Amino acid sequence: MALVDEHAHPHVGHAEGHHEELGFWRKYVFSQDHKVIGIQYGITALLFLFFGFTLMMMMRWAIAFPGKPIPLVGGMFQEMGGVMPPEFYNQLGAMHGTIMVFLGIVPLAVGAFGNYLVPLQIGAPDMAFPKLNMASYWSYFVGGVLMLSSFWMPGGAAQSGWTSYPPLADIAPPGQTMWLIAMLCLIISSLLGSANFIVTIIQLRAPGLTWMRLPFFVWAQFVTSFLLLLAFPPLQAAAVLQFMDRVAHTSFFLPSGLVVSGQQLAVSGGGSPLLWQHLFWFLAHPEVYVLILPAFGIIAEVIANNTRKPLWGYRSLVYAVVFLGFMSFIVWAHHMFMTGMGTAMSTFFQTTTMIISIPSVIVLTALIISLWGASIRYTVPMLFALAFLPMFAIGGLTGLPLGLAPTDIHLHDTYYVIGHFHYVVAPGTIFAMFAGLYYWFPKVTGRKMNDLLGKIHFWLSLVFINGVFMPMFIQGLAGVSRRLYDGGASYSHAQPVLEWNVFMSVSAWLLAVAQVPFIINFFWSMFKGKRVGDNYWDATTLEWSATTSPPLAHGNFAEIPTVVRGPYDYSVPGAPRDFVPQHEKLQEA
Amino acid sequence: MDIPYTVEARPDTGVYNAKLGIWLFLASEVMLFGALFSTYILLRTGAESWPHGRDLGLNVPLATLNTMVLIASSVTVVLSWASLRLNDLKKYRLYMGLTLLCALGFLVIKYFEYMEKFHHGHYPSFNTFFAIYFTLTGLHGLHVLGGIVVNGYLWGPGVKLWHRDPQRFTNRVEVAGLYWHFVDLVWIFLFPVLYLL
Repeated sequence: MALVDEHAHPHVGHAEGHHEELGFWRKYVFSQDHKVIGIQYGITALLFLFFGFTLMMMMRWAIAFPGKPIPLVGGMFQEMGGVMPPEFYNQLGAMHGTIMVFLGIVPLAVGAFGNYLVPLQIGAPDMAFPKLNMASYWSYFVGGVLMLSSFWMPGGAAQSGWTSYPPLADIAPPGQTMWLIAMLCLIISSLLGSANFIVTIIQLRAPGLTWMRLPFFVWAQFVTSFLLLLAFPPLQAAAVLQFMDRVAHTSFFLPSGLVVSGQQLAVSGGGSPLLWQHLFWFLAHPEVYVLILPAFGIIAEVIANNTRKPLWGYRSLVYAVVFLGFMSFIVWAHHMFMTGMGTAMSTFFQTTTMIISIPSVIVLTALIISLWGASIRYTVPMLFALAFLPMFAIGGLTGLPLGLAPTDIHLHDTYYVIGHFHYVVAPGTIFAMFAGLYYWFPKVTGRKMNDLLGKIHFWLSLVFINGVFMPMFIQGLAGVSRRLYDGGASYSHAQPVLEWNVFMSVSAWLLAVAQVPFIINFFWSMFKGKRVGDNYWDATTLEWSATTSPPLAHGNFAEIPTVVRGPYDYSVPGAPRDFVPQHEKLQEA
Repeated sequence: MDIPYTVEARPDTGVYNAKLGIWLFLASEVMLFGALFSTYILLRTGAESWPHGRDLGLNVPLATLNTMVLIASSVTVVLSWASLRLNDLKKYRLYMGLTLLCALGFLVIKYFEYMEKFHHGHYPSFNTFFAIYFTLTGLHGLHVLGGIVVNGYLWGPGVKLWHRDPQRFTNRVEVAGLYWHFVDLVWIFLFPVLYLL
């Protein structure tokens, strides 16, 4: 993509008199240009998403056909006759979660979309700190490589779940130490990135671009960055403590008198396993909103553009998303109702959890009402955006029983939980990511993606992704635990719902097949796609209206635009076209 | 096209980019140390008995001296910035040099304290008190080390920027100074929590 970037457009109307040509390494590898870094983030994150998906597909074999040799990759387990050993299943589980969340979706949602689009949408020549931006990407890259390399550690990769609960994680094989080191790299990366985003949005807004004229996508990234900035350090602290437990043999998370395999552990004791859970979820609940807020931002942009009318309740959306960000810091212990932390704590956290559902509903409602009375363009990004709404609604509403302690007692740690958050993140966030990819692809490459392949990709994905996750609610309500290597085959209470395992696994593999049109489309369109104009979607925001596609390599804009209006002036009565760009003054009628 | 507000402040926000950036960084540092202090509180309130640092051989006079040394360095780092504002590079070098000496002095004293502990077999694995003691002071020590690297650069090769763009260099010293105050502040909390309470 970067290649097309540079050659498609000569630097017409360049504001700067001269700039030295950068060599290959500085231009494409150690680049400080936010657009190149955004593309780097995007490609790396997509590869990690694909890898994380592959791990899950292997898990689904063990669940659907327990004890049968696994095809294609069975050669890895020759001493087991091609059957995946349970320890390896645990590694897959822990690494699937870690990779999807920390190496896939966050880097794609924030690192790729945020990096590429925020400076363009606010009329800035680049991020505020280009060198830190580069450092952020490479720190992420190193973290990713370390995380992958942990598969080759003695005893394999981390296998105590993506949550790494002690005492199990404290005494796990050395792969866990590598997990901690990789997480430190990722936390540093997100710290550098988030501080950079906040400074960029506060300081580099174009003249006239006041806070209430910001595109909603920028607001979403702004709140997300605060969550990353303030929620990740407690996990960093927790990772340091677990690292000390594992390397310096302290007992932060190890209680006195802990017995492992009939042997009392030779540690000083006095620690608290619950402490880790508090520190971990203090990060990981805001992290959930890190996953969903950029998705809201993308969906809002796509909906406004394809309904050809202003977003309904822009201000409510902004206030809701800010309130959501604030509240996300005081709901974390609703993940811990079953830990015996006490009813007073449970009461507090289930109350805050019910409160936080209000702004989420406001966002979703505003987006749905935005569709009212619109003459909708059913473009591929819009299809994904429209599908996002009910999918996220299913994910959100199924979360309510988990946020209330009495119902959570039954549902805790069952497949119901897996179904709930995957509805939020997979047909929710990942669909939003696809909407964004199809929507901004012409901006990045100057070419559009193929519509037919896009529609095939959309419809197949929509069907199969529901095939994967919907039966999880059924299994979960029947009480099937989420962590079973054999998918519940050895439990009598799981027998009535066991047949769904094969259905879900086949859906998952077909979902992978459904991604083939996307992969073909992505690469084919990059080089052979139809060339389109600068503002292909007739959009109002600056990234489309004030610069070329792809944007100028140096400084984004030939001239920094002055903003005179809000972000979604579609179908303004009396205007010559059905959209009025943010920096365009209308002639007096 | 150059990035705006790298040197001069943006009129409506009143700060230049790096100053806002360092405050955000410090906010995240507050969360980091805040989590560790919370850990301390939770471990202490959850313990059946909790030792006093001085009963386990923590050296209160030496730590008091170290507190003085760090506070002094916080004063000199402000003076170094003020000297730049007065266009006095010589004085800047003097005060920044003193800041560096104080920081190094702090680490040397800390080294002797650590060695004393190790000599008595008090490693982090000894008990939960020493675990949190070494984690907190160790992480703080790393921050001191980071400050030495940055301040050392600004004292030595970094001065070149002064001759090209004095305002920008002054800003850099200000930002480094803000960080250094934070490192100082963390110790102001660590000292009573670990040694006195």
